[in-house]
Amino acid sequence: MNKQIKTSAPTDSEIVFGILNNSESAIKRLYVAYFPMVLQLIVNNNGTADDAKDIYQEAIIVLYNKIKKGDFELNSKLKTFLYSVCRRLWLKRLSQMSRYGGDLKDFQEFVPVEEEVEDQHERNLQFGKMQSALGLLGEPCKTIIEDFYINNKSMQDICERFGYTNADNAKTQKYKCLQRLKKLFFQQK
Amino acid sequence: MRDELLLETIERYLAGSMNADERRAFEQLRMENAELDQRVIEHQQFVDILKHYGERVELESRLNAIHSEIDVHTLVEEATERPAWIVQLWRNHHSKISVAASIAIFAILGTLFVTGSLSTKSGYEEMVREVGKLRSDLSKGKYAKVTTPVRTPVTSDRYRGTGFAITSGGLIATNYHVIYRADSVYVQNYAGRAFKAKVVFTDANSDVAILKITDTAFRELGAIPYTFKKSESDLAENVFTYGYPQDSPVYGDGRITSQNGFDNDSVDYQISVPLNPGNSGGPLLDSRGNIIGIVKAKQAQMEGAHFASKSSYLLAALDSLAADSNSKKPALNSKNTLSGLSRPLQIKKLQNYVFLVKVYAKN
Repeated sequence: MNKQIKTSAPTDSEIVFGILNNSESAIKRLYVAYFPMVLQLIVNNNGTADDAKDIYQEAIIVLYNKIKKGDFELNSKLKTFLYSVCRRLWLKRLSQMSRYGGDLKDFQEFVPVEEEVEDQHERNLQFGKMQSALGLLGEPCKTIIEDFYINNKSMQDICERFGYTNADNAKTQKYKCLQRLKKLFFQQK
Repeated sequence: MRDELLLETIERYLAGSMNADERRAFEQLRMENAELDQRVIEHQQFVDILKHYGERVELESRLNAIHSEIDVHTLVEEATERPAWIVQLWRNHHSKISVAASIAIFAILGTLFVTGSLSTKSGYEEMVREVGKLRSDLSKGKYAKVTTPVRTPVTSDRYRGTGFAITSGGLIATNYHVIYRADSVYVQNYAGRAFKAKVVFTDANSDVAILKITDTAFRELGAIPYTFKKSESDLAENVFTYGYPQDSPVYGDGRITSQNGFDNDSVDYQISVPLNPGNSGGPLLDSRGNIIGIVKAKQAQMEGAHFASKSSYLLAALDSLAADSNSKKPALNSKNTLSGLSRPLQIKKLQNYVFLVKVYAKN
C-alpha cells in the first residue's frame, strides 16, 4: 500500500542556494516537487486537499525561514524534513480537532522536528497578533506603517502618496501610528 | 515631542544612516543610559516582527500563487489510496447489489417454498416463521403439500389421501384437508375397488372429516378390528400407521414425541412416524390396536416431526355428526381383535379397513 509518488525533484543544494539568493523559481520547484507527497499524507489521514495546502505551506515557511536564518544543516533531506514537519503539524491539527485516532498512516521516513514546529507555533502566534493589530489600526496608519517598515519606502514616497505637505507632518503621523500599533500589539494576550 | 525625536534618532541609528561621530555619541549615550538601550532593543525587536510579518505575508501570497497552478484535483485522485477493487465495487454499487441480492434471495426462498423443498438447513428463526406460516395454513386448511396432486394421468383424481372405516356400515374417517376441495370423493379398498362416497361431516379446526360410502356396490365390512381410544396416549408410546401415500399401502411406525402439536396445539400429537404425502387421513394406532389419532401433516421444516389429530376429536366429530343429522350415534366397535397379535398380523387384519381416498376437483 505504501506507494510513493514519483516526482522529478530538484537537488537539495539547488533549492537551498536558490532560496538564499531569493530565487522565485527555487521555491516554486520545491513547492511543486513535494506537494504530492504531503497531499498523500494528509488525504489518507482524514484530511482534505485544503488541509494539505495549509499544512504544506506552513512547512515550506518553516523550511524557508530555517534556510534564510542560515542554520540549515543538510543532516536530512529537504524532502524528509518537509515530510516530518508536515507530519508533526498534521498530528497537532488532528489532536486539536480530536480526530486523531492514534494511528497515522505514514508514507515516508521522518525525523524529529518538534523544536522547529514549536518555534513556528510561537511565530505564528506573534504574526497573528500583528495581523489583528494592523487590522485594528485602520487607514491611513496601516498603509503608512506597511509602506515604511515592510516595503521600505522612504518618507518622501509616503508624503507624496498621502499628500502630506511636508515630511515632518508625515513623520509625526507615522510616529503616532507606530505608537498606536505598539499599544494594540502589546494589549493582546 | 521629545519622544518622537528620540524614536527618529533610534530609527536613524538602526538604519545605519548616522555619520560616524553621531553614531559614536549615540552608542556612548546608549551604554550610559540603560533606559535608552532598552528602548533601542524593544524598537528593533518590534520592527523585526513587523518586517518578518511582512515577509511572511508576501511569502504566503507567493505560495498561494504557486499552489493555484497545481492541479490539486488530479493529485488528490492519485494520492488517495485505492482500496481493493472489490471494496470499490461495493462502495460504488452497493445499493444496486443490495437490491439484486434481495431479489435473488426472495426468488430462491420463493422457489424453495413453492416447490416445498425448504429443508431443515434453514436457520432457527426461519424455521419458527415457517412453522407459524404452516400453522396459519393449518387453520385455513391449506394442505397442498400433504395431499399432492396425482401424477398419473390414468386417473383423473387430483388429490389423494387415506381414510379408515369407523363403522362396518361405511363411515370413513379422513382429514378435512384431504377432501375440502372435493367435487366428488371415491374410496378405494385394498382389493382395488372404488366406491363413491360423500362427505357427511367436516371440522376444519381439528382437521377431521367423515365420509359415508354411498355406492350401491358397497357391501358391509366385517367387524371393525380396532377400537377408538378416548383418553390421551402417553408420551413415547409406540405407534404405527398404515396408509396410501402411493398406490400400494405403506406401513410406518414410530413413537409419540409430544402430546401437543406445533404451537402447543392440543388437538394434535407430534409423532416420529415417517410420513409421505397421501398418508393424510390414515389411522394412527398404538401397539394394542387402538386408534389413537388421524395422521395429518408432515412438517416440512422439522425432520421427523409429524402430526396426528387425537382420536378424541374424531369421537367428538362423531357426536356432532349424530347431533347434526338427527340420527343415532353410530355404534363404535368395542371389541379389539388386534391386541396381542404380532404387527404383520395386525396389518393384515387392518388392511381391509383402510382406504385410499381419491378426490376429484374442478381445477
